[in-house]
Amino acid sequence: MIQIKGVHKSFGDLEVLKGIDLDVKKGEAVSIIGGSGSGKSTLLYCINAIENIQKGKILVDDIDVHAKKTNKDKLRQKLGMVFQQWNSFPHLTVLENAALAPQVVLKQSKEEAMEIAKKELIHVGLGDKFDMYPTRMSGGQQQRLAIARALAMKPEYMLFDEVTSALDPELVGEVLDTLRLLRDDGMTMITVTHEIAFAREVSDKVAFFHKGIIEEMGTPDEVIGNPKKERTQQFLSKVLH
Amino acid sequence: MGFSLFTPVSWSDTGFILEGILNTIYISVVAIVVGSILGLIVGFFRAESGKIGNMIMGSFLDVLRSVPLIIQLILFTTFMGVMGSPLNPFVAGSIVLSLYTMAFMAEVFRGGFESVHKSMRTAARSLGMTYWQTVFYIRTPIGLRAVLPSWIGVALSVIKDSALVSVIGYMELLRTSEQLISRSQQPLEILIGVGIFYFIISYPLSLYGKRLERKMVL
Repeated sequence: MIQIKGVHKSFGDLEVLKGIDLDVKKGEAVSIIGGSGSGKSTLLYCINAIENIQKGKILVDDIDVHAKKTNKDKLRQKLGMVFQQWNSFPHLTVLENAALAPQVVLKQSKEEAMEIAKKELIHVGLGDKFDMYPTRMSGGQQQRLAIARALAMKPEYMLFDEVTSALDPELVGEVLDTLRLLRDDGMTMITVTHEIAFAREVSDKVAFFHKGIIEEMGTPDEVIGNPKKERTQQFLSKVLH
Repeated sequence: MGFSLFTPVSWSDTGFILEGILNTIYISVVAIVVGSILGLIVGFFRAESGKIGNMIMGSFLDVLRSVPLIIQLILFTTFMGVMGSPLNPFVAGSIVLSLYTMAFMAEVFRGGFESVHKSMRTAARSLGMTYWQTVFYIRTPIGLRAVLPSWIGVALSVIKDSALVSVIGYMELLRTSEQLISRSQQPLEILIGVGIFYFIISYPLSLYGKRLERKMVL
């Protein structure tokens, strides 16, 4: 379970998160929507200890993410993360991309790591690309590789930070399909997204971020289907046209 | 039968010339290997350091890069002699040429490390890799590939610059040929031969570098 309690985060004088409270239970899919600059991506970075926080607390399975004594590298093994930019490792083949971290971090044998990597790559539909270099693949394929690479670490939670925002429109579908697949597997996921229809379809809970606070939170039908707050209505009318 | 002070170059000089060639290759390889290893380390710390650290390292490297190699060679050899611990020409030449090479390599590698975008590091860290694992498995291999063409360029100039070590008495190819010239008085033939040798070593390397560069741009 991920518990976010009263989290404040600033970059210099700019306060990006102004007291965020959010619980994500095991097996739950939570989507975060909101305009750019609303702090939604920053929250993911804070959960993964890439960014520190000024106030509040984030607990992942009761481990205090930002406590000094917390081993952040160890913690990140629980939290798979996929970014807007896929960041494939260009010097490694697709298979090596997915097998690197299990070998280096989990100290698995090469055979073991390759086995797991193959399984995850087949799962995301890259079973015929093992020996290809990622720079020769489309953005959608590279993003699926990034998902498989994270899954090969057997994380307990997945954090998705606008994973379709940098893709050409015709490639968005294949990546969303991969996320649906994970959802069907029962993966616990927090997804920051601009794909409102997708968020409505797969989420158990939707949080609408506005200027560093959660303006409205509830089931997809409540927040997206029948928003109570004016700002939510305004935002949705803009993105749904 | 006329009598001459000079003996023309002949096949019996082959061994002497070969030794000069080998010595040139020898000191070049030492300087390139040592200079690259030191340059990799210094380049990494330059990429990672803040302003003050970089100012200190930078000014040291600037001196090495800006003072002509021939002056550094003479100064260093003279200095060691005056200090009462003269070094043989190979050792002195290797030290100076390696440091000189390091100064250039450090900038090449620094560029390589900086070419790996921060988001790439974050992606690696998010997989649970430690800082140093990211350095070894991600940043170094990607950075090195990016700067391979520039690395070849520096290595090439080191091979040519190694000729300057002749001024402190190291018997590399140029000094060997100078001795042959003073004996045979055939400067044209000998220097053309030596020039061809440097060309034969350098040209394929520079072609290879250009090919790599084209491949990476595409």
